[in-house]
Amino acid sequence: MSNKKGKKKKESNEEKEEEFIRIDGRKPDEMRPYKIRAHILRNADGSAEIRLGGNWIIAAVYGPKEHFPKFEISQDKAILNCRYHMTPYSTTERKSPKPSRREIELSKVIKNALEQAVVLEEFPEMSIDVYMEVAQAEGSTRVASVTAAAVALADAGIPMRDLVVGCSAGKVNGHIILDVGEEEDKEGEADLPIAIMPNLRKVVLLQMDGKLTHEEFKEAFDLALKGAMELYEEQVRALTTILKDMEIIEEGVKDEKE
Amino acid sequence: MKKNNFKKKTLKEILMANNILKFIKENRRLDGRGFLDYRDLRIDTGVIKKAYGSARVELGDTIVIVGVQFELGTPFPDSPDKGILLTEGEVLPTASFSAEAGPPSEEEIEISRVVDRSIRESEMVDLSRLVIKPGESVLKMFIDFNIFNDDGNIIDAAVIGVVSALLTGEMPDPEYVREHLEELPPNNLTSVPRIPIPTQDFPIANTIALIDNKFIVDPTFAEEMVSEARITITHTVNNEICAIQLIQGGLGYEQVFEVLNISLDKSIEIRNRIRELLGLGGD
Repeated sequence: MSNKKGKKKKESNEEKEEEFIRIDGRKPDEMRPYKIRAHILRNADGSAEIRLGGNWIIAAVYGPKEHFPKFEISQDKAILNCRYHMTPYSTTERKSPKPSRREIELSKVIKNALEQAVVLEEFPEMSIDVYMEVAQAEGSTRVASVTAAAVALADAGIPMRDLVVGCSAGKVNGHIILDVGEEEDKEGEADLPIAIMPNLRKVVLLQMDGKLTHEEFKEAFDLALKGAMELYEEQVRALTTILKDMEIIEEGVKDEKE
Repeated sequence: MKKNNFKKKTLKEILMANNILKFIKENRRLDGRGFLDYRDLRIDTGVIKKAYGSARVELGDTIVIVGVQFELGTPFPDSPDKGILLTEGEVLPTASFSAEAGPPSEEEIEISRVVDRSIRESEMVDLSRLVIKPGESVLKMFIDFNIFNDDGNIIDAAVIGVVSALLTGEMPDPEYVREHLEELPPNNLTSVPRIPIPTQDFPIANTIALIDNKFIVDPTFAEEMVSEARITITHTVNNEICAIQLIQGGLGYEQVFEVLNISLDKSIEIRNRIRELLGLGGD
């Protein structure tokens, strides 16, 4: 028995020696530590924050509300406005607060991702505003932002077909890795951010830059899916936590009445 | 926040959309093409005499003009031994009823950045050959493309235009600039002898649309309007993927691999078609 254990230990040690250790000490398929909290802003209809490694992103949802200006109104469904924005202090070199072309592009792809999930048909002639403010950026901010935004939408009680959860994979020094950090994004050979609707099994955000063979893409895609499913658990945990808090409040009200 | 660009649908568009859907259901396309057929491609290079490289591309009724220009500049601090490459594009107000003059829309910015990534990430231009003095002086290469008429699939047409302009274009000889730096008039490279642009790849972008759960390539403007999903994938000459952008809608997990395979086949086909049209030998 003890012999067997010893052998097992030795094997795993050998595996570890061969395994690629990343710049921040992570294993190739290891996420950074993460935490999602829902319902964090008093004024917003829905809100959430995510911490993923050094990333810190706050998302807020306002609406559904009457859309203005009138001529833009959509007769058959609500308009979803999305803004992904990096604060000036989110990066080492100050970022101009003016939205860059990159931020405008990311706002657009995030909007497309969330549009697949939100039941916009429920609110014709209305609009829903989603704001994602990156307080601190450390790589993979777009997928962390969409993950927080989906929780904020759910927190706002807006009907959704599924949650949306994002994760990235990449290639660094020839190794396929999960959850690309800042240095890895700069030094690496490829970056693959994705977002999915986990229960409907649909990809709703998919971008890639760098170079990957088709085999490497498959490996990276599968890894990003695995990471997204892990973050999905955290989204659900964050949302059930606030539901429980609300039940406690309701019970408190009942007690007072009695 | 950028305002949403919501077009009012005209009767013509509604009829067109219904026809497209009806045809796709019967496994046909409105213009008679197969689902995996590109429209006719026409390329003229060297069309802008004032540019170092240029091309005019017609993909069906989509018309793109590309121009390549050079300036002297300082390299980015994190890449002192590389020249600078910038690809930008605009959809001109001539392009369609929905195109507008003024600041670029989010769709235009996306198109521009996807074309830029296709060229940049494939490392088509050998930027190390654009260096005059490492850390001090490099050639800045500007690639600008404009859509004059938009009948859909702007990205594929723009990438075809850019690679055609690069493969046939020239640039100021950096060695000559290095040796004559003091004598050259400021910011004027016109007197400098030219050499071919140093290219080392041949990226091709392929856009695939999903209509009625069927994949079609090279969508027209009208097909784009009724598509449920649209994705662009760029392949290098070695069949690696160098850029992906899900532009619209969503795809099932298995569908992602389906579109990757279609785009790989199509990239090889289009690359060969460009080689033929430009009179370049295959390799």
